[in-house]
Amino acid sequence: MTVMNMVQAINAALKSEMLQDDRVICLGEDVGRNGGVFRVTDGLMDIFGAERVVDTPLAESAIIGAAVGMAARGLRPVAEIQFLGFIYEAMDQMASQAARLRFKSGGKFSAPMVVRAPYGGGVRTPELHSDSLEALFLHTPGLKVVMPSTPYDAKGLLTSAIRDEDPVLFLEPMKLYRAFSEDVPEEDYEVEIGKAKVIQDGNDLTIISWGQSIHTVQKAVKEWEEQKNLSIEIIDLRTIAPLDLDTIIQSAKKTGRVMIVHEAVKSGGVGAELAALISEKAMFYMFAPILRIAGFDTPYPFPMVEDEWLPNVERINKAIEEMLSYS
Amino acid sequence: MNWINESCVTVDMFQLLNEGGKLVGEKPDIPDDKLLQLYKQMIFSRVFDERALKLQRQGRIGTYAPFTGQEAAQVGSAAALDKGDWVFPSYREVAVSLVRGVPASQSLLYTMGHHSGSGDPDAHMFPVQIIIASQTLHAVGSAWASKYKKEKQVSVAYLGDGATSEGDFHEALNFAGVNSLPVIFFVQNNQWAISVPLSSQTASKSIAQKGIAYGLTSIQVDGNDVLAVYETMKKAVQLAKEGKPILIEAVTYRQGPHTTADDPTKYRTKEELSAWKQKDPLLRMKHYLIHNHLWNETQEEEETAIAEQKMTEAYQTAIQTPRSGLDDIFQNVYHKKTSNLEEQQNSSKRGEVSV
Repeated sequence: MTVMNMVQAINAALKSEMLQDDRVICLGEDVGRNGGVFRVTDGLMDIFGAERVVDTPLAESAIIGAAVGMAARGLRPVAEIQFLGFIYEAMDQMASQAARLRFKSGGKFSAPMVVRAPYGGGVRTPELHSDSLEALFLHTPGLKVVMPSTPYDAKGLLTSAIRDEDPVLFLEPMKLYRAFSEDVPEEDYEVEIGKAKVIQDGNDLTIISWGQSIHTVQKAVKEWEEQKNLSIEIIDLRTIAPLDLDTIIQSAKKTGRVMIVHEAVKSGGVGAELAALISEKAMFYMFAPILRIAGFDTPYPFPMVEDEWLPNVERINKAIEEMLSYS
Repeated sequence: MNWINESCVTVDMFQLLNEGGKLVGEKPDIPDDKLLQLYKQMIFSRVFDERALKLQRQGRIGTYAPFTGQEAAQVGSAAALDKGDWVFPSYREVAVSLVRGVPASQSLLYTMGHHSGSGDPDAHMFPVQIIIASQTLHAVGSAWASKYKKEKQVSVAYLGDGATSEGDFHEALNFAGVNSLPVIFFVQNNQWAISVPLSSQTASKSIAQKGIAYGLTSIQVDGNDVLAVYETMKKAVQLAKEGKPILIEAVTYRQGPHTTADDPTKYRTKEELSAWKQKDPLLRMKHYLIHNHLWNETQEEEETAIAEQKMTEAYQTAIQTPRSGLDDIFQNVYHKKTSNLEEQQNSSKRGEVSV
């Protein structure tokens, strides 16, 4: 075991996969000499050379489009989009090309590739750097979407993503890059894509979240448990697509109260999909309406107000109180 | 001040056969049997196109994008490739696919809407691309993979004049240039992007010159002259394998509609069409072959009959292929079916709503 933060854990996964499999190459803006704007690919060019850690021209569509061609021809590209908010430039290549290649060719071709991108708020970025766009890609058949919340999961999920036979969008919560460290095995390991994690057992209420919001949820729950004799279950979704329905429904049936917390804007978010699924499969177990604590339906706001815009402990606490009032 | 502009660029269209089928350049070193093969492939392509149009009008196949007028560009370029080279087509490249050895029935099945889709790994043909210019980037990635794996093969993106306005085209040329990739961008400038003429598509006096901005080696070729196209592509393959990415502008004309859903009489004149029919690629090659005593009208009739028969067989194969059902669509979304898809498939089989 080594103590690593998330940047180090992701870097370790890339390095380990590149050492084991020479089909794996990294490409993106500033990923080579500079080691990425967050230093996630730091040092990889020195080890693997400019052929395998490629500083590309500044063109998001070309980065993902070229990765599709590489993947179809037997490489395992790991492309970086510098910030998730920039991926709109490459939406065709992501949603209509990478995601559909297997389907449109009747299974004759595929694009096993990873697109990594930092996302999320709370770090005072200029506009369009902080958006959480995971719902767009849950709505895109053919893609897998992974959003880790810890260094351990980040390393294991990225390892799985690189080894996966389908295109995986790997979203890295920017605020957590260096927020904390934990024990991470030095050897390689996989965390299964498509499996949520119950990070805390409970009976009175289920809170589902992912990425950096998980930590806000944990803070809020801790306050409740210290003050009142309550047991709250927390599920870290970890994979957005495909959703781990079993874990979600099992918990919903057990507690009868479900809250979903995400940074992305509320309307049409992943929370809406979860609420619909729970309604379909566990409606008669519910004591309370399913609530969503999410970003407001505005563009991601200016840094001066982002802390109030993002789901915070206060909003989560109010929602818990409301949900417990139903019995 | 030294401004640079269009006048700095000279673009001479490469031609070997003039409109009457007379040799105007140096006689290319192509064996007679190859000349005949090229022509026969052009005949089969034209027969395919004409039959596909009829089948569409009869409601037997779906929307179809005809390529009549572009046979020399497609056959000449595809015939110059090696088996190991990779092709990234748009939706108008049926003649290319036939030369590559993709069964004609596969192209029919595609337009009939069969779930087997398009693309043929054995023929090194990527699936048909609908999004304009998107495939240029896949060709770049493929060329990159070849270079990385040190495999001597080129990747060819086929596109039209309209595609040269897309961002992906420019990003692709730029990536190819920066990384010295073994890739060829083969533009069939057929003068029209649905209803928009080339003059509204670009202010450049040629498409070929667009390569210069990205450090590519470029050429404009008479796309209705199969010999010129073939020779150009041979040379392009050689240069691309040396790490010189290539842009080829083949000047040609789409004699038919954009697709079977389009009516070109709305936007172009009869005079324009008949002027281009004078430059028809099949007529030109036929005159050349007859003049050189390699071909005659009897052979023309025989070959056309053979092509018609092959086409009938292809259609029979297509309609005898089991139709796609709802059950088929769940198979190729992911490598391994997700539990969510499994559930939707099972409930659809039982005729239930998806719960």
